[in-house]
Amino acid sequence: MDLTTFWFITIAVLWVGYLVLEGFDFGVGMLMAVLAKNDKERRVLLNTIGPVWDGNEVWLLVAGGATFAAFPEWYATLFSGFYLPLFLILLALIVRIIGIEFRSKRDEPSWRMRCDAAIVFGSVVPALLWGVALANIVRGVPIDADHEYVGGFFNLLNPYGLLGGLVTLSVFLVHGAFFVGLKTVGEIRERAIALGLKVGVVAGALAVAFVVWTGFDQGSLAVWILGALTVSAFLVGMASAVAGRDGRAFAGTAVAIALLVATLFTGLFPDVMPSSLDAAWSLTTTNAASTPYTLKIMTWVAVVFTPIVIGYQSWSYWVFRRRIGVHHIPV
Amino acid sequence: MDVLDLARWQFGITTVYHFFFVPLTIGLSVLVAVMQTKWHRSGDERWLRLTKFFGKLFLINFAMGIATGIVQEFQFGMNWSDYSRFVGDIFGAPLAIEGLLAFFLESTFLGLWIFGWNRLKPGLHLACIWIAAAGTVFSAYFILAANSFMQNPVGYTMNAEKGRAELTDFGAVLTNKVLLATFPHQIIGCFMVAGAFVAGIALWNMMRHPDRDADAFRPAFRMGAIVLLVSGVGTMITGDFQGKVMTEVQPMKMAAAEALYEDAKPAPFSVLTIGTLDGSEEVFKIEVPKLLSFLGTGTFDGEVRGIDSLQAEYEQKYGPGDYKPNIPVTYWTFRAMMTTGVLAMLAGAAMLWATRRNQIPRSKWMLRTAIVLPLLPMVANSFGWIFTEMGRQPWVVFGLMPTSAGVSPSTSVAEVATSLIGFTLLYGVLAIIEVKLLLRYVQKGLPDLEPPTDPDDADAPLAYAY
Repeated sequence: MDLTTFWFITIAVLWVGYLVLEGFDFGVGMLMAVLAKNDKERRVLLNTIGPVWDGNEVWLLVAGGATFAAFPEWYATLFSGFYLPLFLILLALIVRIIGIEFRSKRDEPSWRMRCDAAIVFGSVVPALLWGVALANIVRGVPIDADHEYVGGFFNLLNPYGLLGGLVTLSVFLVHGAFFVGLKTVGEIRERAIALGLKVGVVAGALAVAFVVWTGFDQGSLAVWILGALTVSAFLVGMASAVAGRDGRAFAGTAVAIALLVATLFTGLFPDVMPSSLDAAWSLTTTNAASTPYTLKIMTWVAVVFTPIVIGYQSWSYWVFRRRIGVHHIPV
Repeated sequence: MDVLDLARWQFGITTVYHFFFVPLTIGLSVLVAVMQTKWHRSGDERWLRLTKFFGKLFLINFAMGIATGIVQEFQFGMNWSDYSRFVGDIFGAPLAIEGLLAFFLESTFLGLWIFGWNRLKPGLHLACIWIAAAGTVFSAYFILAANSFMQNPVGYTMNAEKGRAELTDFGAVLTNKVLLATFPHQIIGCFMVAGAFVAGIALWNMMRHPDRDADAFRPAFRMGAIVLLVSGVGTMITGDFQGKVMTEVQPMKMAAAEALYEDAKPAPFSVLTIGTLDGSEEVFKIEVPKLLSFLGTGTFDGEVRGIDSLQAEYEQKYGPGDYKPNIPVTYWTFRAMMTTGVLAMLAGAAMLWATRRNQIPRSKWMLRTAIVLPLLPMVANSFGWIFTEMGRQPWVVFGLMPTSAGVSPSTSVAEVATSLIGFTLLYGVLAIIEVKLLLRYVQKGLPDLEPPTDPDDADAPLAYAY
């Protein structure tokens, strides 16, 4: 395997890591609006992701940095081309961080309500727009001979892109609900799972439609197989939630998100950003890549440090593995 | 305004704003770690309360730092896509490594520190804040490596066919002489910020509430003031070294810093000029003879090149064009950096004097100084960066790529204007929220200690939790 392929896979893995991990904390953020009944329950929800959400977000920064380093052309075309959606995502992420971090720094109900609104907004917008962006990348967008995106904003809001956005939005909500089911006890746990199952029916239907559409679009057997596995994993997660197996339910949605991302990247390869105007103008793993020397250095750094990062991140999940009770959360 | 102007304003605003939080995060993470270590070693509960007090202020600041930092990573692709294509082979690597090595450490171990007070063994819990602090320093190193390449490109070759710079020697990028000069200057500058922050807040609390925890704030104040003074001397020494490297690799920046138009041997140091700074006769100026020669070259008779001869040389080398940065901006930011830095040190020294032998000063002036003190090194840091970045103009990568060539060709004025206005408004609101929160927690004073909880209780309250 040459290094450009290795880095294509690495970036796919980083997106898998990002969307699986931040997927559930986006889900928990959205649940603040629909699941929690009072301030105490909102605090419980927030504390389920408390020690880990910031580390989850770093996966995005590393994915962005790795794209810059390994495929500068891709990085340049993508982020200058998808300008407004990215701006909205950044705005949402900023607002969300401030909402989470500053919420309990003041006691006034009006302050907390505003922070809650910030967290919900900051979770919904990226959950939707990342799906729109990924779907559009795979579908292909107008890129000219100079590798410049010439499509404008509304070109991204096509049916396939929007469907992709709704899939990530709804699946993340289910993923977050199953995470809350895994991390809490008592009534709030039961309500989370019940809500997750209800939304899960819609999310499952959307996911099937999106996977089938992607399969016909890309027309490769691997995409069909991975798409089928995505849907199966999601169904296993749903069935486990019904059976009261919290860990397996969460693992099911996690694997489904991972497979969904894998489906999309498999459809994409060997392009990294296909041009809908002329296939010759597409960005590929080779014409968008850095030099072999840079890739070699990056490979060494990744091979040495990624296991360490995964090690201590896993340890932090282990430290905070216990479920959170509601009795002592101060009002 | 065109896309270039808007993109430059956006970069300036978002970067300077983000940078208000960075030095405090780096310096304060270490000082909080030191406080917790003192508690861990001595069992003196004053240090535990101080750790929690300054830890909370640190976290408020850290949240702002990460919130505004995300924009930085994507801005290169959004507004400066041609720059990204040109240097991605070199510039992307330190950015990616920063994320992998530094951000993961900071975020994971800070999460463990915040939520781990009752869950981790004390030694392990203490290690978490030290590891997070180390992460912030790694972060500074890699980001400065990327920036130093822009000031002084090394370890690359030009690929004419692809129209980009390509990496040939990563070791050279990581040992760039500009990096080796900037990194210590910047890190020590971070400690000036944190020292002034701790000293100012501790003294304010002692003066306003002498009956409340003055005996706990006193050691914190002394620690902050001493860190400020020692690192103040350190920034001068490292700044002097950096000035010599700058004179060597970016002579135009040094000439612009002094508004020195003609070559001079020996060159005087301009303390203050009132006039136009355009090379015509100054109205009024104060100079120290030969000092600039020493600062720039290390000898009192060394030659320092002037703006006019450098401009002529660059025109020959790079073709017709204006190779001068904005002289008034570079001249005044250079002075503002040094002045505010020195003022911070003088204020710190005055405070140490006023608090000798367990005294608590009473003058209104001292109270005002305590309030202003935390801002001085912070402002000095910002002026330093405005100087170093504006002094590089008109280049985005010195000698290789003009800033105007780096801007995204496909983005529209409307897009850049939207994001510029959006970020500026949001940052304005956040500034108000942040300042109000900090003031609120400063005024609250030291937190009371809660009784230790049973770590095996699932319903145990989470210390520091949301």
